[in-house]
Amino acid sequence: MPIFIDRRLNPKDKSLGNRQRFLRRAREDLKRSIRDKVRTGGIADLDREHAVPMPRKGTDEPSFGDDRQSGRRQHILPGNKTFSPGDLIDKPGGGGGYGSAPGTAESEDDFRFVLSREEVLDLFFEDLELPDLVKLNLKQILSFKPRRAGFAASGAPTNINVGRTMRNSHGRRIALRRPKQAEVDEIAKQIAELEAKQASAAVRERITALREELERLERRRRRIAYVDPVDIRFNRFDPQPVPNANAVMFCLMDVSGSMGEREKDLAKRFFVLLHLFLTRRYDRIEVVFIRHTHQAKEVDEQTFFYHTESGGTVVSTALEEMHRIIEERYPVAEWNIYAAQASDGDNFATDSERCIELLDRKLMRLCQYFAYVEIIDERESHIFGSTENGTSLWRAYNAVDGKWPNFQMRRIAAPADIYPVFRELFARQPALRKSA
Amino acid sequence: MVSQARKSELLFSGSDWNFAKLSRVYDEIEALGTEELGLDIYPVQMEVISSEQMLDAYSSVGMPLMYRHWSFGKRFLYDEFLYRKGARGLAYELVINSNPCIVYLMEENTMALQALVTAHAALGHNHFFKNNHLFRQWTDAGGILSYLDFAKGYIARCEERHGLAAVEAILDSAHALMEQGVFRYHRPPKLSSEQQREGLRERLEYEERSFNDLWRTLPPSQGKSKPEAGDEILAERKKSLKLPEENLLYFLEKNSLVLEPWQREIVRIVRVIAQYFYPQRQTQVMNEGCATFVHYTIMNTLFDRGRISEGAMLEILRNHSNVVFQPAYDDPRYSGINPYALGLDMMQDIQRISTAPTAEDRDWFSDIAGRGDWRDTLLDAWANHRDESFIRQYLSPALIRKWRLFALADGADEPHYEVASIHNERGYARIRSALAQSYDIGASRPDIQVVDVDLLGDRHLRLQHKVKDGIMLEGQSRDATLRHIRNLWGYEVSLAAIDAGTGATLSERWTKEL
Repeated sequence: MPIFIDRRLNPKDKSLGNRQRFLRRAREDLKRSIRDKVRTGGIADLDREHAVPMPRKGTDEPSFGDDRQSGRRQHILPGNKTFSPGDLIDKPGGGGGYGSAPGTAESEDDFRFVLSREEVLDLFFEDLELPDLVKLNLKQILSFKPRRAGFAASGAPTNINVGRTMRNSHGRRIALRRPKQAEVDEIAKQIAELEAKQASAAVRERITALREELERLERRRRRIAYVDPVDIRFNRFDPQPVPNANAVMFCLMDVSGSMGEREKDLAKRFFVLLHLFLTRRYDRIEVVFIRHTHQAKEVDEQTFFYHTESGGTVVSTALEEMHRIIEERYPVAEWNIYAAQASDGDNFATDSERCIELLDRKLMRLCQYFAYVEIIDERESHIFGSTENGTSLWRAYNAVDGKWPNFQMRRIAAPADIYPVFRELFARQPALRKSA
Repeated sequence: MVSQARKSELLFSGSDWNFAKLSRVYDEIEALGTEELGLDIYPVQMEVISSEQMLDAYSSVGMPLMYRHWSFGKRFLYDEFLYRKGARGLAYELVINSNPCIVYLMEENTMALQALVTAHAALGHNHFFKNNHLFRQWTDAGGILSYLDFAKGYIARCEERHGLAAVEAILDSAHALMEQGVFRYHRPPKLSSEQQREGLRERLEYEERSFNDLWRTLPPSQGKSKPEAGDEILAERKKSLKLPEENLLYFLEKNSLVLEPWQREIVRIVRVIAQYFYPQRQTQVMNEGCATFVHYTIMNTLFDRGRISEGAMLEILRNHSNVVFQPAYDDPRYSGINPYALGLDMMQDIQRISTAPTAEDRDWFSDIAGRGDWRDTLLDAWANHRDESFIRQYLSPALIRKWRLFALADGADEPHYEVASIHNERGYARIRSALAQSYDIGASRPDIQVVDVDLLGDRHLRLQHKVKDGIMLEGQSRDATLRHIRNLWGYEVSLAAIDAGTGATLSERWTKEL
């Protein structure tokens, strides 16, 4: 009799530590894979698992091995059919040896493995660990949803709680000593038995007494109802406020000639991050892409990121377009509206005033949140250290920033800036709640 | 026979297994194995695991416990990839050379498969581990699990104290030398017991605490004799370091001047594990052959006695024939000689020679042909041979014909392979010897030794690679491995390629050239 041990219930992921060590080791390669994915994939694509090719750099395990291109060997192979000693066989090209040559190295080239969502995000945000975003407090539009809240003595018949009602009825019947059916049946049976016997005086007397008793029980049963209106209980529903589960995210971007590959890539990362953040908060997210030069247009994601268009820069057109779309498709009562605008700060000279007006009068009342990120050259980042001076759009938006707590603006120069900026943008939210 | 069949009943029916069935089947199989085949086994511990846990076990080189290292993570991902893609199934079982012998059973197996696996691993492999001289002498089945436990804990503590990166660097370097980290010719020292290891560690810690650099500044004693002639010094030096040394990890562990005590201990752990696996690599054909022969024989006996239903037997045979499938060299599925197939065929051949020999067998195997005692012959072979010697002694002409083995001569600078020998009268002995040679680990691995180091001078570590048949080392991996040696040694390292026949130096590689 051997010892049996059932290990199936043991904790799984015994090699998780090894996996983490491996991922850390291959970090650079994996980062590049993820970055390529972001560049080519859609905004909503990042937030899930990804299969990546096996990283090659830094993960080989060298040891002394023979050079297949040198020396003399002898192979023993099974299944000879036609050969005789002395036969010459051509080597297959490339000197890789026969399909049979020993030690056929397994190719790990097409070997891909799956990174979990968390691992992908960790790699994407370059070592910054995502905080628990859900804890951050957002201003939100409330809607109401009925939720169970105990029982009530009145209500609609459809809401009767049968279990609770029957329990009350049972208790009342016991307390008022309502005769049970079994008792009634017992007496009726006794009467029937006695009537079948010979009719002596004593028996007749007994029958009469029993009849009276039966009468009394029946009366009592009639008076004490099986289920009384006082027993009835209804399920009670209280309307409870729930956060609105729909959100729409507007991505606004300047696509005029001054926005290059780098600027677009940075903007895209910011949009991805905002999208991720919203995904955790809301059930349903819609994304609207508005790009603009001197005129604005709603486009699909592909066009948004990859098509260039020449023209001037009039930012207010994008804001107008956004306002139009909100009016048309996203009533404020049903949608949480978020907007993120990315630009290099250029604007048509007199247009900034118009932007201020649009935001101040219309958009900021509708939006949960409006984030403006200005993408600047890395060399400029130290010049624009303070928020005071800057491009025309920046200066214009500064005025809005002071007025509306749900308006935020930041500058971004490199991928590594995005996450801190994002965090900063949302860290001010608790203060916003107080003021709101 | 009929009455016996009526008396006995089926051991199990249906394909679901449970522990009661497993236990009943094990008892029956063990009784058969020990009585009919004369097997002698360690007590068995059977562990039921899921497929994920099997993948876990794969990645930690089949051991239930292992320290943490990224290469195991890589292994795991690779195995998982192949498994998920369906390119490779998982083993039905895994067996560990320990006392008690641990057998992993997959939960997905049907009852028929569990019976097959029990006979294969719990009896076959177990007997081989306990009785083969290589395992008896070179591994310590009783101590390996507690040693791995110690190793895992020790490396985890080192990671805490010295950081992951430092520990990883040492492990990387040590892993690169695992192949050169075994004693091939003399027996390794036994694993020290728990207390001894604990004592050693305490001593190291004490030395670390009480280290006093002042001692180094004492002037050298006066009475020392003057340097003598160069050759003598060299000989003296080599003698004191016990050079040449084939076990590079052992040499580095004992003599490296840059390793901290904990680093030495880690190198030692890698070396001990490499040594533990060395016998397994030398006895693949025999080990699998023994296990396959045992399960085949036991399962057939059980079936003959009516203890296994025909359906179950059919399933067992189907799996058995998958395991021992040997495609021919020109088959797309061919990937080398299947050790299960070769081992089983050779052992059944011994059975045949012993009971029904031909005239040829009597010529070739006069000592065993027709004696009828195949059990004793096999028990003796299992106990005293490794792959190379087993093939050299027992591969029969009949089997060479059956397999239609042929030898190809392969010169790297020639455009053709030449068929050197086939399965004919002139070829038998050559093929047998060439096949045996290819299973000789000592001959087929690069022979690299430490030949000289001047500890008092520039501390330049000289390694030598004995080049046999002109087979050089692959350049890229050689350089990478040399870098690892340099990490462990701390000073200049050079590797000279010396032709084994002529003694001429073919090339020399220095770490400063890298």
